[in-house]
Amino acid sequence: MARKINLRIWRGDSTNGGLQDVQVEANEGEVVLDVIHRVQATQMGDLAVRWNCKAGKCGSCSMEINGKPRLACMTQVAAYGEDETITVTPLRAFPVIKDLVTDVSFNYQKAMEIPAYAPPADLKPGEARMEQVDVERSQEFRKCIECFLCQNTCHVIRDHEENKKSFAGPRFFIRIAELDMHPLDILKNRKRTAQEEHGLGMCNITKCCTEVCPEHIKITDNAIIPMKERVVDIKYDPARMFSGLLKREKRN
Amino acid sequence: MSGVFSPTRAKIKERTLRTDKWWLQPAITFAVLFSFIIYATFRAFEGDNYFVEPLISPFYSPCLSQACVEGSTIFGWTPVSAEIFNFALSPALIILIFPLGFRMTCYYYRKAYYRAFWLSPPACAVAEPHSKYTGETRAPLILQNAHRWFFYAGLLFNVFLTYDAVISFKNAEGEWGHMSVGSLVLLASSTLLWFYSLSCHTCRHTVGGRLKHFSKHPIRYKLWSWVSVLNHSHQQFAWYSLAAVAFADIYVRQVATGAWTNFYFF
Amino acid sequence: MTNALERHKYDVLVIGAGGAGLRAAVEARESGLRVAIICKSLFGKAHTVMAEGGAAASMGNANSNDNWKVHFRDTMRGGKFLNHFRMAELHAKESPDRIWELEMWGALFDRTKEGKISQRNFGGHEYPRLAHVGDRTGLELIRTMQQKIVALQQADKREHGDYESHIKVFAELTITEILKENGKIAGAYGYWRESGSEVLFEAPAVIIATGGVGKTFKITSNSWEGTGDGHALALKAGANLVDMEFLQFHPTGMVWPPSVRGILVTESVRGEGGILTNNKGERFMFKYIPDVFKDKYADNEAEADRWYEDQDNNRRPPELLPRDEVARAINSEVKAGRGTEHGGVFLDVSKRLSAEVIKKRLPSMWHQFYELAGVDITKEPMEVGPTCHYVMGGVEVEPDTAAAVGVPGLFAAGEVAGGMHGSNRLGGNSLSDLLVFGRRAGMGAAAYVKQTTATPVSDANVAAAAARIEAPFARSGGENSYSLHAELQEVTHNLVGIIRTGAELKDAIEKIAEIRKRSANVAVAGGRKFNPGFHLAFDLDNMLLVAESTAKSAIGREESRGGHTRDDFPGMDSGWRQYNHISSFDGTQVSVRKQALPFMPKDLFDLFEVDELKKYMTPEEIAKGGSN
Ligand SMILES: Cc1cc2nc3c(=O)[nH]c(=O)nc-3n(C[C@H](O)[C@H](O)[C@H](O)COP(=O)(O)OP(=O)(O)OC[C@H]3O[C@@H](n4cnc5c(N)ncnc54)[C@H](O)[C@@H]3O)c2cc1C
Ligand code: SF4
Ligand code: SF4
Ligand code: FES
Ligand code: FES
Repeated sequence: MARKINLRIWRGDSTNGGLQDVQVEANEGEVVLDVIHRVQATQMGDLAVRWNCKAGKCGSCSMEINGKPRLACMTQVAAYGEDETITVTPLRAFPVIKDLVTDVSFNYQKAMEIPAYAPPADLKPGEARMEQVDVERSQEFRKCIECFLCQNTCHVIRDHEENKKSFAGPRFFIRIAELDMHPLDILKNRKRTAQEEHGLGMCNITKCCTEVCPEHIKITDNAIIPMKERVVDIKYDPARMFSGLLKREKRN
Repeated sequence: MSGVFSPTRAKIKERTLRTDKWWLQPAITFAVLFSFIIYATFRAFEGDNYFVEPLISPFYSPCLSQACVEGSTIFGWTPVSAEIFNFALSPALIILIFPLGFRMTCYYYRKAYYRAFWLSPPACAVAEPHSKYTGETRAPLILQNAHRWFFYAGLLFNVFLTYDAVISFKNAEGEWGHMSVGSLVLLASSTLLWFYSLSCHTCRHTVGGRLKHFSKHPIRYKLWSWVSVLNHSHQQFAWYSLAAVAFADIYVRQVATGAWTNFYFF
Repeated sequence: MTNALERHKYDVLVIGAGGAGLRAAVEARESGLRVAIICKSLFGKAHTVMAEGGAAASMGNANSNDNWKVHFRDTMRGGKFLNHFRMAELHAKESPDRIWELEMWGALFDRTKEGKISQRNFGGHEYPRLAHVGDRTGLELIRTMQQKIVALQQADKREHGDYESHIKVFAELTITEILKENGKIAGAYGYWRESGSEVLFEAPAVIIATGGVGKTFKITSNSWEGTGDGHALALKAGANLVDMEFLQFHPTGMVWPPSVRGILVTESVRGEGGILTNNKGERFMFKYIPDVFKDKYADNEAEADRWYEDQDNNRRPPELLPRDEVARAINSEVKAGRGTEHGGVFLDVSKRLSAEVIKKRLPSMWHQFYELAGVDITKEPMEVGPTCHYVMGGVEVEPDTAAAVGVPGLFAAGEVAGGMHGSNRLGGNSLSDLLVFGRRAGMGAAAYVKQTTATPVSDANVAAAAARIEAPFARSGGENSYSLHAELQEVTHNLVGIIRTGAELKDAIEKIAEIRKRSANVAVAGGRKFNPGFHLAFDLDNMLLVAESTAKSAIGREESRGGHTRDDFPGMDSGWRQYNHISSFDGTQVSVRKQALPFMPKDLFDLFEVDELKKYMTPEEIAKGGSN
């Protein structure tokens, strides 16, 4: 049962651009990415859009649909009303390249700045022993498909370009948390650098990252807040302050 | 021109293209919290109608001032001299700072009021009105890190309020074994406060979250698992406990002013 | 034009950032070389992220009887003995080390009670063997290596002051040509997808790790990247492809709604009790049990149902027959007009299991259908049909070094390389293949680079590559690449698909040639900047070469084996087992020739029972008892 739907697509590049209305056929069960592809094949051969797996597994097709950061391949057309116009725009926190494609290199830059996994020097391949309960927390964060929707929606950088240099963003807070909770990681200063170099303190836990995460990772509750608590452990904990432990852990 | 209007971003003039009622949630939060603040301020300064045998309002407990009405203190312990406040200020003000601080620094309430009061951001993917933002990295917001201190204080308060609930199972003559609507109200509010405190993120962290190896601490892991379950509903407990405390105070006040009678079941 | 050309010089060029490419890059960098990684999509999005089940490695964590010999046997059996024995041997021996290595780089596999890496059962593997992380093993693999590369970059930053001084990822860059000088590899040419501008890479060694060819087919589980670029690049560079007729069709892909056509429905749905029915409501698999399996599979519903409760005293339901059998059965039902409205059959778990149990045991399937198709599998049946999943054929390589035969400096690893899986790949053997041969390609390239001298790419070579990119823009009013692609998919789907006949293949070869002729006339609308129409024009060219090679190999092989089924030659023929099909390209068309399979040495030969070998080998071969 094909029906015509109204699609409003942002087209343009970094210098100029705007929303364009198109009418396109949509079949039962289709997702927004399908109708974008149909527009591409029939009306706008050069419409730029990123995608790969079309199964919500690669995190390529991130865009904003009716203002909400979403994966286009996981957004049903049927979720919108019969007469509703569906507006699709590129991610609004990153520089636009063309049409629905943005420059997400910010995220790859930040990825390079997070210190890598550091196992004990004497650990031999095949000899690692880890309990399931000890890896589960980090495994949740490793579900991340790097769609960068959380980064895009985080107001710290979405609304403040100048914060980009000092803020790693929720995607990389879960990376830091993953490593800090990794049973074999021995790098001690992750908490301190999270706060002092990667901008953990700039997050005001307003949870938009969690709201948009397609993998349903509890970014705020399970990574950011626990990391903030770990920072309190080394910097602001009352009990430790009184017992003078703080001084000794300064190095951490 | 910053944020979504920065020169490199896609040129879209709307602050948001969201078509749903994104403003509803912050509006409700604002309305409810604001009403509570008004009411609580009024009550804190009222300095009266907070005690009626055997009920004490949670706003005034523990009553530590010599200004406290008779019977409202804990074993008559009043370390704070009435002169400090010179009768101009109510006994509630000595203690309210703690539960207030606890809630102000609560991770959930922070989200709620940053969004509803400070519009930072008002809702996800809706541009905020501020041109500068530094988050919780400097004063005063860096003080949010004091949540752990308030958490410990909050636990202490829960003990007092539970004690209040227990002694409310007396009749007006001080005899045990009676139960009134008031006892249930105090019981409900103190219980919900426990749920609120135990589901706190700091609690989750302290009982086990800070550990690297759960497998080496099976008991703390169990505790952490339980607290994690509660923590899921921390937002709900935050609101329910707030409502319950407010209602407990209203109830005590109504009974104290004689507007309502405290019905005894037995 | 050429003076503004962007140029880069590296020691090793890795084309492809899937599991194989990344592993190769790590190895090459660790041998001290400067490495460029090039991929068509963003870093970390390669097709490998979609792999679910796990990576096969005989670590013996779940069953201590497992070892490389058992794994080797399983792999050879799965491939119906057409595998290159040496690749299967290396793969079986080295997989455990490659998995443990990942763990050293931060991978977090699911654990056993003793804290080791947990291993799960999979079709064709005698013991539980697949290291896994829930149902997202591919993601773990990619991310771990991505992070390993970042770790190497951080080390370079400490030492050389720049993250990207020795290893750099060129994402969203498509390679259109591999360049040679004096018969040796000299570099590669391509364009940035973002800007459309061109790039020249000069390097003495190129590793192709471009993955599969699924997009040649109408229904596939592969992503858009699976356009066989590496297969075509290698052919054009003078390398051979081996056994391109072998494609794995997974029996259960989604077919409806169109948005999800081809997406994989995991085997576990049937394992948990899903039954297959046709449009008459008939549970048709009972009709399709081949004689050799009669004693292992139930021939009536009552017994099949009992098996789920009591596996010792009942035979298994026929839904659990090997992948190729089930795929063929579904295909026959549909062809006989007993399919669903959309050309599939029904797969139903809702009858046997409660909604709760389904959601608990098949969480990702429930989500996949619910979120993507609006189908609640706890209430309704799924519509499924075969989907093109994996290509066994690929670049002919030297097993130990992954060097492409005949082209000095060219290497290939991963799905794009051929030989390892024979005529049919076992589930889980691909991820471990990526690691084992990715590393070997990295080593091979490093060794090669250290004993050769780099040759600069000549201007003429550059000019020719540039002219090819410019061509479609110069035309106007030509063919549309989207519709040609759709036509090609129609041809391969109908004529080179899961069941083939000589007549249909002949037809296909003609049609493919005709589309190829028309494709020379493709015109592109719009500019160079991120223009998918332009990108597709190049991908199309590659898919056409792959399709030609597949069709021509398939028409030659007059037998049915693994991923190649001929209706006109339904049996397996031991005579044919002695030959590989080698495709090569002369600049205008693909030609296919037979080549004798390498002999298996005696120590490997002796790992099998003679009775088993009799099913595959000729009496003369058996009498010889392997070579050397
Ligand atoms: C749904 C699904 C589930 C699967 N599950 C399993 C499983 O459980 N276990 C298992 O072992 N296997 C599984 N497989 C198979 C396995 O995932 C693939 O065979 C494997 O990932 C291929 O990896 P690769 O490194 O060879 O290539 P890919 O991961 O496909 O990467 C190819 C790379 O090459 C790049 N590239 C291609 N062409 C060009 C060009 N022209 N220029 C520049 N770059 C280019 C691409 O951008 C990409 O980075 C599954 C496959 C699918 C589809
Ligand atoms: S919770 Fe923190 S990191 Fe997440 S979106 Fe909000 S401010 Fe950003
Ligand atoms: S954490 Fe979630 S939203 Fe953020 S990049 Fe990963 S998958 Fe996307
Ligand atoms: S295309 Fe992979 S997540 Fe949408
Ligand atoms: S987080 Fe809400 S009370 Fe601690």
